[in-house]
Amino acid sequence: MFEKVIYLDNNATTRVCDEAINQMLPFFGEKYGNPSSMHNFGGDVGAYVKKAREQVAGLVGASDPQEIIFTSCGTESSNMALRGLTDPRKKHIITTKVEHPCVLNVAKHLEKNHGYEVTYLGVNSEGLLDLDEFKDSINENTALISVMWANNETGVIFPVEQLAGIAKEKNPEVLFFVDAVQAAGKVPINVKDTRIDMLSISGHKIHAPKGIGAIYIRKGTLITPFMQGGHQERGRRGGTENVAAIVALGAASEQAVKYLEDEEVRIKQMRNRLERGILENSFNARVNGSRFKRVPNTTNISFEYIEGELILLHLSDLGICASSGSACTSGNLEPSHVLRSMGIPFTAIHGSIRFSLSRYTTDSEIDYVIEKVPAVINKLNSISPFQSELRELKEIKTAMKS
Amino acid sequence: MWEYTEKVKEHYKNPKNVGSMEDADAIGEVGSITCGDALKLYLKINNNGIITDAKFQTFGCGSAVASASILTEMLIGKTVEEAEKITNQDIADLLGGLPEQKMHCSVMGREALEDAIASFKGETTEKKVKGKIICGCFGVTDDKIKEVIRENTLNSVIEIINYTKAGGGCGKCKDELQKILNEETSKRNNGKKEKPLTKTQLILKVNKILESNVAPELRKDGGDIELIDIEDNKIFVNLQGACKNCPSSNLTLKNFVENILKEYIGENIEVVEA
Repeated sequence: MFEKVIYLDNNATTRVCDEAINQMLPFFGEKYGNPSSMHNFGGDVGAYVKKAREQVAGLVGASDPQEIIFTSCGTESSNMALRGLTDPRKKHIITTKVEHPCVLNVAKHLEKNHGYEVTYLGVNSEGLLDLDEFKDSINENTALISVMWANNETGVIFPVEQLAGIAKEKNPEVLFFVDAVQAAGKVPINVKDTRIDMLSISGHKIHAPKGIGAIYIRKGTLITPFMQGGHQERGRRGGTENVAAIVALGAASEQAVKYLEDEEVRIKQMRNRLERGILENSFNARVNGSRFKRVPNTTNISFEYIEGELILLHLSDLGICASSGSACTSGNLEPSHVLRSMGIPFTAIHGSIRFSLSRYTTDSEIDYVIEKVPAVINKLNSISPFQSELRELKEIKTAMKS
Repeated sequence: MWEYTEKVKEHYKNPKNVGSMEDADAIGEVGSITCGDALKLYLKINNNGIITDAKFQTFGCGSAVASASILTEMLIGKTVEEAEKITNQDIADLLGGLPEQKMHCSVMGREALEDAIASFKGETTEKKVKGKIICGCFGVTDDKIKEVIRENTLNSVIEIINYTKAGGGCGKCKDELQKILNEETSKRNNGKKEKPLTKTQLILKVNKILESNVAPELRKDGGDIELIDIEDNKIFVNLQGACKNCPSSNLTLKNFVENILKEYIGENIEVVEA
């Protein structure tokens, strides 16, 4: 089954890069010390944690490495930002309808159990926010704004730097948190030049292992620790440091900075070629989300009138790994909340497939996928009960071509 | 990733009898694109009432394709009377089973078959859609829900969702589903006294529900739960961890734990802190 794997599901998780693996291994072996220890054996390990903190600070452009706190994952980072609010008088949170569940479900929890009022901003058919609506939603009671940098399903980018500016201008006290899990390593991030207060990243989305994440918290930002315990992370996140994973995250962050240009040029070209190849050869394919304001590695393509899980199963048999916003893949009967918020018609929503590339993707893999996908889609089109609708789509497409 | 049987895989990879039929004697249609699955079934029926050919087209996942594909194989050669007796469980069984959450795919096969036979017998469309809509999200009627509860001996709202999709969208109709379920189970129990569970069976069942549906929720808030004993209709449990000293532990017991157990086992129970 694993003879040939073409992994185009990098927004789900990524392969750990060699640099991260090599640098983390000694910490399972001879360098097992606790960085908090008084003796040199532990203290030496602390130096590696310090270096990793600097590397992560470099990835997000923090002015001081102390602004980086290591967590167990992106979800923990989001929880920390949302649950850490300190001012009991301010009970308003603003977020968007297309956030990851690690923000949406925490916001719903705060709404239901802690007396918060939450504004969920909608998006247009391109997946973009209305800036005026955003500005209008901010008031003096707004404690926190939580907006993702890039969407995990569509790759669509929100102008978070601009949004942070707008927010602070209207209410300087508001906290601005950015879920940058899908943006880190794909677009340049420079928090020190923005008015963002907090920003989360996840290791396994940037070629570090699973089980490690981080949050940037700007100096002077008041947050109640979510994970209480010892003095680690300067008292902001208790628990003995996951040294090996932290070192790996540092190494992966350094690599991510090096590969930023690769993302912008080579990966983007491959993504565009894949997208064009599929659209040209499958008449019922359409792209979901803005094609311009988007991270370079992601494309979300709907195949109208056929169902996503079935497509994934057939692609998987060809060794191609992707994912879908279809209801059937989740065990949930409702399809993707992101695509529904964008008003994508149901004819397309159930047949949405996300391909997400990485630095390990090759041109020959893209060739293979461009060759195989239209064949699978044609086969599955013939099973669809919506034959007359499909014929109509085909006619429109042919007319447009000529 | 779903765990599909080899039989399911065989059928979605190479489905049998795909396509439409120009001269079909009966056509059955269920589902819609909004709901995420739809099935169209075509039957050729000869003068002796024997189904000589069957074809299908479907919009759905792997298990929907497999269910429809195997259904057409089951149908060819059967009389209409024999075909009428095919249940969704027969379809699922022949596939070597389906994941619980995918049982509605087998129900869809059975519904399309019913619809086809009704059209063959000349029943009008109005007559075909029976009952009132309970689940607006997926357009499921009370008659359909009752029928599926009866045919599959369903005992919980969650099972109703898995088999019919009703209640799986916004979830507003769950109370009504519970009411229908209560009516159906009491009818079932009056009709033929079901053999009650032995104490051991009941303990096993309660333990399984606590482990898979209750404990994970409590653990999210740092708590946990343990089954201590069962006496008659009283279920004795121990709340642990954060739940132990939580001021709302009684609420948790009554509103959350008891409700879930009632959903699975029946109304006639009480959860008590041991």
